[in-house]
Amino acid sequence: MSYYFSIIGTNDKALYEHEFGTSKQGGDGIARFPTESRHHIQFVSNSSIDIVEEIQWSPTTPTSGGAPMYLKHIDKFQNLYVSGFITGGNVKFLLLTAPAAAPAARSSALASSARASAYPSSSNYNPTAPATEEAVRNFFVDVYDAWVKTIMSPFYTVNDKVTSPVFRGRVAGAAKKYL
Amino acid sequence: MAATPGLRYPSNKKTIYDRNLNRSKNAELSRAAFAYLFVEMISYAQKRVKGIADLERRLNQQGYPLGLRLLDLLLTRASPPSLRPTRILPLLQFIAQTLWRHLFSRPADALEKSESDPAQYMLYDNDPLPNTYISLPKEMSQLNCAAFVAGVIEGVCDGAGFPTTGVSAHSVGEQEGGGGVEGRMWPGKTVFLICFRGEVLEREEVLGRGGSG
Repeated sequence: MSYYFSIIGTNDKALYEHEFGTSKQGGDGIARFPTESRHHIQFVSNSSIDIVEEIQWSPTTPTSGGAPMYLKHIDKFQNLYVSGFITGGNVKFLLLTAPAAAPAARSSALASSARASAYPSSSNYNPTAPATEEAVRNFFVDVYDAWVKTIMSPFYTVNDKVTSPVFRGRVAGAAKKYL
Repeated sequence: MAATPGLRYPSNKKTIYDRNLNRSKNAELSRAAFAYLFVEMISYAQKRVKGIADLERRLNQQGYPLGLRLLDLLLTRASPPSLRPTRILPLLQFIAQTLWRHLFSRPADALEKSESDPAQYMLYDNDPLPNTYISLPKEMSQLNCAAFVAGVIEGVCDGAGFPTTGVSAHSVGEQEGGGGVEGRMWPGKTVFLICFRGEVLEREEVLGRGGSG
């Protein structure tokens, strides 16, 4: 599976972007987006900002007046799934997941069988499965921790791009740990 | 990740990411140190302004980024699951309880809703800490240096998605013309006037209907 993670500031600009692949089940942590969707992952990811803004004010428990930060699976476009997280300061974390076609798809000799196997593997991916939700939640929580530390820096002003390699390392670490 | 040119590590090799967010949770800051820095902030601002309103605006601006940061910091420190406030009342309670406890080790003294204007809320503090060591000269009696705290409140509201038309600090005694019993007991009593924008009230109404219906 391949992931595209972005942090969207309060003025809808991307403050941070990161692509990575799964590290579970022998994955090597390198993003391999299908070529046909390669060029529109950012578009798909950013288009779900609208959905985040729609659901961010619909509290699950109206009486408490609070809503969870983790918004779970929020959007799907073709074979791309988007999960969202929103911080207290209204900064959005978006994680786009592209379930992998079977590795064999890369070998042309097995093209026909690969196509057949690509379908079950992608339809196998269930964004609302408890294990998946939990893994994504843990990832977001770890990134949020690093994010709060970032904004705590007196030299950071709201909606600045995050360029710290240490932050990037933290995100990569969280990705490796949970996804 | 290898250090790239331009990134400097502190001498103890600890970046901001290596520090625990809860490290300073129960740490207390010396009041003398705060008073000293705060006085410097005021005199810095005072040299660059024309009038009292300008000075208060400047103090407000100095507090604002603090509010943005404290919002996320205190939400992460809350016992999980931390919830984002989506309604006005929980947000104000967050300010009056969590924020106030963090800043001043005690909750705010009162929280009221304005009867005349539905967008206005009042948060009372009987003896605001920033004003403890500040004595105002006569010609500046309208100044309330708690404008700094008002800026913090504004930052929290704004960050949480509740934009305000402004949060201001006023001395209560002066407003009520001498104060009465309250005024005598708490000469420094300050009210923070929080005025939300129209869209916040509209959203509040929609959410309120969703909750009851």
